[in-house]
Amino acid sequence: MATKTMQKNGLLLALFAIIATFLVLAVEALTEDRIKAQQRAQTLRSLNEIIPSTLHDNDLYQSCRLIQEPALGTSEPTALYRAFNDDRRSALAAEIIAPNGYSGAIRLLLAIDPNGTVLGVRTLEHQETPGLGDKIETQKSDWIRSFSGKRVRSADDKRWAVQRDGGMFDQFTGATITPRAVVQAVKRATLFLQQNSDTLFAADLPRCQQEQVMEVSDE
Amino acid sequence: MNEFKELTRQGLWENNPALVQLLGLCPLLAVTASITNAMGLGLATLFVLVGSNITVSLVRQWVPQEIRIPVFVMVIATFVTIIQLLMNAYVYELYQSLGIFIPLIVTNCAIIGRAEAYASKNPWPKAAFDGLVMGVGFALVLMLLGGMREIIGNGTLFDGAELLLGDWAAQLRIELFEVNYPLLLAILPPGAFIGLGFIIAGKNWIDAKREAKAEKIEKTVTRARVTAES
Repeated sequence: MATKTMQKNGLLLALFAIIATFLVLAVEALTEDRIKAQQRAQTLRSLNEIIPSTLHDNDLYQSCRLIQEPALGTSEPTALYRAFNDDRRSALAAEIIAPNGYSGAIRLLLAIDPNGTVLGVRTLEHQETPGLGDKIETQKSDWIRSFSGKRVRSADDKRWAVQRDGGMFDQFTGATITPRAVVQAVKRATLFLQQNSDTLFAADLPRCQQEQVMEVSDE
Repeated sequence: MNEFKELTRQGLWENNPALVQLLGLCPLLAVTASITNAMGLGLATLFVLVGSNITVSLVRQWVPQEIRIPVFVMVIATFVTIIQLLMNAYVYELYQSLGIFIPLIVTNCAIIGRAEAYASKNPWPKAAFDGLVMGVGFALVLMLLGGMREIIGNGTLFDGAELLLGDWAAQLRIELFEVNYPLLLAILPPGAFIGLGFIIAGKNWIDAKREAKAEKIEKTVTRARVTAES
C-alpha cells in the first residue's frame, strides 16, 4: 500500500516538474531574442557614447573580436571592437575588467584613438557601494568622463593615479578604492592598446560568439 | 462578499506580510533604497503571489498532503523564473538594478506562506484575491520604506522611475532638496532595518490607540447595560 502511494506521489511530482520545465522553456524561447537584443543595445549605447558616429562608418557590433590579454584585467577572452572611417583606423575599444573594486570586479568599456588618446570610458557592470562607489556610473556622476582626452605617457606615468596618491584623478569622498581600481585598470589597458594598436587593428582574431539577432525596435 | 472585505483588511493591515507576519524581509530590506526599486520588486512579488495562489488553489485536489510543499515550491519557482525572463526582456535596466533579488522572490516566505495557509484550502477566486491584497500590502510597505529611505538618503523621490514605467515617468522625479553627500545610513541595509522598525512601531501605535478607543466605547456600553438591567 505504502509503495503504491509513494509511486503515485513520485509520478505526480514528476508530472508537475515536467509541466513547470516546459513552461519555463517556452517563456525562455519567447524572450531569448529580446534579452540578447537588450544586452546588445546596452553595449552599443555605451560604445556609441565613447566612439561618436562621426568617427566610424562600420558596424561596431559586428567588428567585435575576442582577445585574450592579461593587461585587460582578465585571463578570459574579452571583446575588442575596431572602428574604421573610410577604411582608415579611427578607434579601438575593449571590454576590460578592474579586478580589485571594493566589491569585486568592475566591468568597463574603454576606447582609444590610434594615437593612444583615451576617447572615453564607461562602466558596464559593477557591485560597488550605492552612494559611494557607484559614482563610476554616468547616471550618478561625471567622474568617469574625466578620462576622455587623457594619454598614458609610460608605464610609470605618475599622473595616472587618484589625487590622494599624487595623481590627476579625483577620488570620491569616502571611497578611494573604487576610483583607484578603475584608474589602474584603465591605465594598464590603455597602455596595452596604444602599444599594440597596429597589431590589434590588423590581427586576425576570432569573432565574438554572437548570434545574428533580429533588430528589435525601441519601445 | 464579506469574506473579501475581511481578506482585504487582513492583507493590508491586520496580517500585513511585511509588518505583522514579518515575512519576506530579505528582499524587503535589500531593495528598498529607492521607491522605484521598491515598486519594481513589489509588482514582481504581487504577480508571483497571485499566480502561485491561483495555481495552488486549482491543483489542490490533485496534490496529496505529503508532496504539497515540493509542488508549491515548484509552482513558485516557475513563476519567478518566468517573471525574471520577462523583466530581463522588457525592463532591462530595472532588471539590472534589482539584480539578484528577483530569484530571491522564490525564498520569500510570504508566498509559500499564503500558498500553504490560504490558497491550498480555498477556491481559486478567493485565493487570487488573497494573493492580490497580500501582494498589495507587501508592495505598499516596500514603497513606503523605499520612499522614506530615498528622501532621507538622496533627497529625491521616484528617481529613475522611467526605468520601470517608461519615458513619461521621468517627470515624476521630485527633488526635495540638494544633497552633496547622500546619507549613507539610510541607503545601506542598516537604514532599512531602522526604517522598518519605525514603520512597525507606527503601526503598533495606531493599533494601540484604536484599541484604547474601542475599550472606552465598550466600557460605556457595559455601564449602560448595567443601568438598563437594574
